Amino acid sequence: MEFQRREAPFLIPAVSVSSMMLQVLAALVPAAIAHVWFFGPGFILNLLVAAIFATAGEALMLSLRSRRPETGLTDYSALVTAALLAFALPSLTPWWVTATGALFAVIVAKHLYGGLGFNIFNPAMAGYVVILVAFPMHLNLWVAPRMGDLDYQHLTILQTLQFTLTGGLPDAISFDAISRATPLDVMKSGLNNARTAAEIRAIPIMGDFGGRGWEWIGNFLAIGGFWLMIRKIIRWQIPVGVGLGLLVPATIFYMVDPGSHASPGFHLFGGATILCAFFIATDPVSAATSPRGRLIYGIGIGLIIYCIRRWGSYADGVAFAVLLMNMAVPAIDKLTRPHIIGHNDRSNTSD
Amino acid sequence: MASGVMNQLKNGLWRDNPGLVQLLGLCPLLAVTATFVNGLGLGLATLAVLVASNALVSATRRWIQPEIRVPIYVLIIASLVTCIELIFKAWFPDLDRTLGIFIPLIVTNCAIVARAELYASRNPVGASILDGIAMGLGFAMLLMTIGAFREVIGQGTLFARMDMLIGGEPMRGLVLADQGWLLLVLPPGAFFSLALAIAAKNAIDRRRLESKATLSRRARKLNR
Repeated sequence: MEFQRREAPFLIPAVSVSSMMLQVLAALVPAAIAHVWFFGPGFILNLLVAAIFATAGEALMLSLRSRRPETGLTDYSALVTAALLAFALPSLTPWWVTATGALFAVIVAKHLYGGLGFNIFNPAMAGYVVILVAFPMHLNLWVAPRMGDLDYQHLTILQTLQFTLTGGLPDAISFDAISRATPLDVMKSGLNNARTAAEIRAIPIMGDFGGRGWEWIGNFLAIGGFWLMIRKIIRWQIPVGVGLGLLVPATIFYMVDPGSHASPGFHLFGGATILCAFFIATDPVSAATSPRGRLIYGIGIGLIIYCIRRWGSYADGVAFAVLLMNMAVPAIDKLTRPHIIGHNDRSNTSD
Repeated sequence: MASGVMNQLKNGLWRDNPGLVQLLGLCPLLAVTATFVNGLGLGLATLAVLVASNALVSATRRWIQPEIRVPIYVLIIASLVTCIELIFKAWFPDLDRTLGIFIPLIVTNCAIVARAELYASRNPVGASILDGIAMGLGFAMLLMTIGAFREVIGQGTLFARMDMLIGGEPMRGLVLADQGWLLLVLPPGAFFSLALAIAAKNAIDRRRLESKATLSRRARKLNR
């Protein structure tokens, strides 16, 4: 009888890049459905545009770098980048804005640094920051969320498609009738105008925790994130770190002066906190690698998000926080290198 | 002699270009090149300072004590920059306002100190002036190229506001598009443009080297 001969390691985890990326995409599906439900079909169009251009950019760069295109295209990493970018964009975004972000993410942030596995910066966030800086007025068009008692005009699929393709609306519809400041914007401008946080919370768009629609998308993202954690695609350190870094200062400031600071619940559910904690900051390439390093990396992101939201000029700071901490990753990794058991070189350890 | 002049010019404009190859003076290069006219203005100012400082440093090189040479270079450059600044204030007040602090900051442009230290302090006056012209032109050409590139893509215009330099009514320049890609006007655009310029230079150099190699290979084959 012939036995199969195998070399160590004998327990090979059945994880490949493509299966990992597919599971991340699957975890995003419930939140995507919620996004379409609350903010209209624009999300699907943005996702399509981003996916097409990200894949095209990936194929172009792979052929320019004379790599085999099929290995790069079947790992689905370009699709994950496109999906994260689509989540960051308002549902009304002209196609050229989305395309710029997707192409920049894949070509500059990923392939110019050496492709998947070598990129220092999170590609989706780099692409988002570029379009945020280059097209500031296009990234403010958030439509009103669909909730029973808010009677805002909602666009049909065709009208959304027209906006995505041309950047203009049908003549009968004005931007004011459909668009709405995001909860974080409302909170920031309200606090700047010397209104108390409690007054601002009474505005119907603010919802129960962090804005109508937003909090539900956050819930579904959290469900997807926990599923990824159970599947061991992501580890607990980064989400917990982001939560700690954001909520600890938020709670302290809220307890000291509840009038002029948003509540921790608002910080958790308003904006992109949960998306960042489970899906953006956990990008295995650009995040820190050691367990302690991941915790520090997450806490840093959370702290920077809080600082930008509280003192910065932008309403949300997830993209900037992630990119800034990406820059700190080499230092974090060097300082938190795990101690090798039996290795007694004190000069080489960090503690 | 003529080949030496050509060689020096080639060094400044291409082979040893202060911006593209030595990567000196990047602060003004990145900060003021949002439009062509800004690049041209600062390029001319730097060129004038570089030529004059090379001439003065070279003329006084026998009396400058090596121990204190750098403070003396800075003194010479600073007085020249003050002259240029006053000239700009007198004749190009609009451009002076646009360029702002970056005209006085030419003092700290390391390309100028580098040429004083590396070339003018050990070469005769004529050659030093030529070196100043070559290096200054190389720097100014780069400023103008990056300025034109950023202006065309960032604002959709070219040669806008040239009146700041040549006088007359405010000019809109060549309007190629109503709206540009704002990113190129912002600071990151300066880094991207410089990176593209350096990459283009390296690509051209490599292609030339390759074609030269194939030519010599062919020549060797023919000789055989």
